[in-house]
Amino acid sequence: MKFSEEQIHRYSRQMILPGIGGKGQRKLAAARVFLMGVGGLGSPAALYLAAAGVGTIGLADSDRVELHNLQRQILHRTADIGFLKVESGKRTLESLNPEVKVNIYPERITSANIRGIIRHYDLVLDGSDNFPTRFLVNDACFFEKKTLISGAILRFDGQLSTFKSHSGGPCYRCLLPEPPPPGSVPSCQEAGILGAVAGIMGLLQANEALKEILEIGQSMAGRFLIFNALELTFQEVKLQKNPSCPLCGKKTQILELIDYPMVCHA
Amino acid sequence: MDPGSAGINRESPRKVETKYPTVDKELKLRGKICPYTFIESMLALEEMETNQVLRVIVDYPPAVCDVPRSLKNEGYEILAVTPLNETDWAILVRNKEVEET
Repeated sequence: MKFSEEQIHRYSRQMILPGIGGKGQRKLAAARVFLMGVGGLGSPAALYLAAAGVGTIGLADSDRVELHNLQRQILHRTADIGFLKVESGKRTLESLNPEVKVNIYPERITSANIRGIIRHYDLVLDGSDNFPTRFLVNDACFFEKKTLISGAILRFDGQLSTFKSHSGGPCYRCLLPEPPPPGSVPSCQEAGILGAVAGIMGLLQANEALKEILEIGQSMAGRFLIFNALELTFQEVKLQKNPSCPLCGKKTQILELIDYPMVCHA
Repeated sequence: MDPGSAGINRESPRKVETKYPTVDKELKLRGKICPYTFIESMLALEEMETNQVLRVIVDYPPAVCDVPRSLKNEGYEILAVTPLNETDWAILVRNKEVEET
């Protein structure tokens, strides 16, 4: 791929960075990133990935844009209310960077379709807002040997990690073997979320995705980041592979994808 | 007449070649400003073979210092920076080892 004058201008400020250059920009153009959820986390992540020139971005979300989303889901505008989030997201990303190919998946992501979809991507970013999806994405990434960059947010807190269970690292189930009982953890709908917290965590996911694609820096694999906005603290803990993990541990208990029941999902 | 033919001092032709290496590619960047002067030089080098020499012509004054410095930071060897006339400068740079991808 030979860079056009326009591409050199568009990406100049990152192409001059050590370790990127033309080679890194080509890696970005060839990269395929799948985003589970186009909400608070997926919005900022998608914007920055598209701006950086990630060649193919897949957006999965079956929801439509609602007024109360706009406080944090910055991929969408007031005029987008009522449209599918993936359609609105695709429009915004293409207007930001027409070079990016945006694939959209407005269907509900389940055990029946997820593997066939993520198979076509190099990286998966989970920005889902519920545990059934979170576990489904983790398990699918394990079976399809995909790197998963997981972000989670609630109120003033955020969490982030990268899971490379395909190369011996821990998976999400090493941290949390099973979804918590329904109702034990409040959802964003119940508990609320500060928009900027979603932005920070979504951008950290984008940052880690770019590093994984460019093969630069220290991966978040095996590390778990906990963010608190009120104290403005980042705490990091080591995350090890759990030998008794039901998915990637010694005794494999989960042999296929599970659709956990979706409860209290407004 | 020709001192080289006297046979007293057998100057190695390779020595001369090292001092004035063969230019494998020339990039004319007149009218271009930073950081595009550096980026285009780097893109050209990335497409060249290991140890090949690129000659970059610039006329943007800051580029005379910035391009060699930036290329050096990226691991390229700067062989010479010379003025050509009142406006143009030539930067001679040797490519680093091409990474296997």
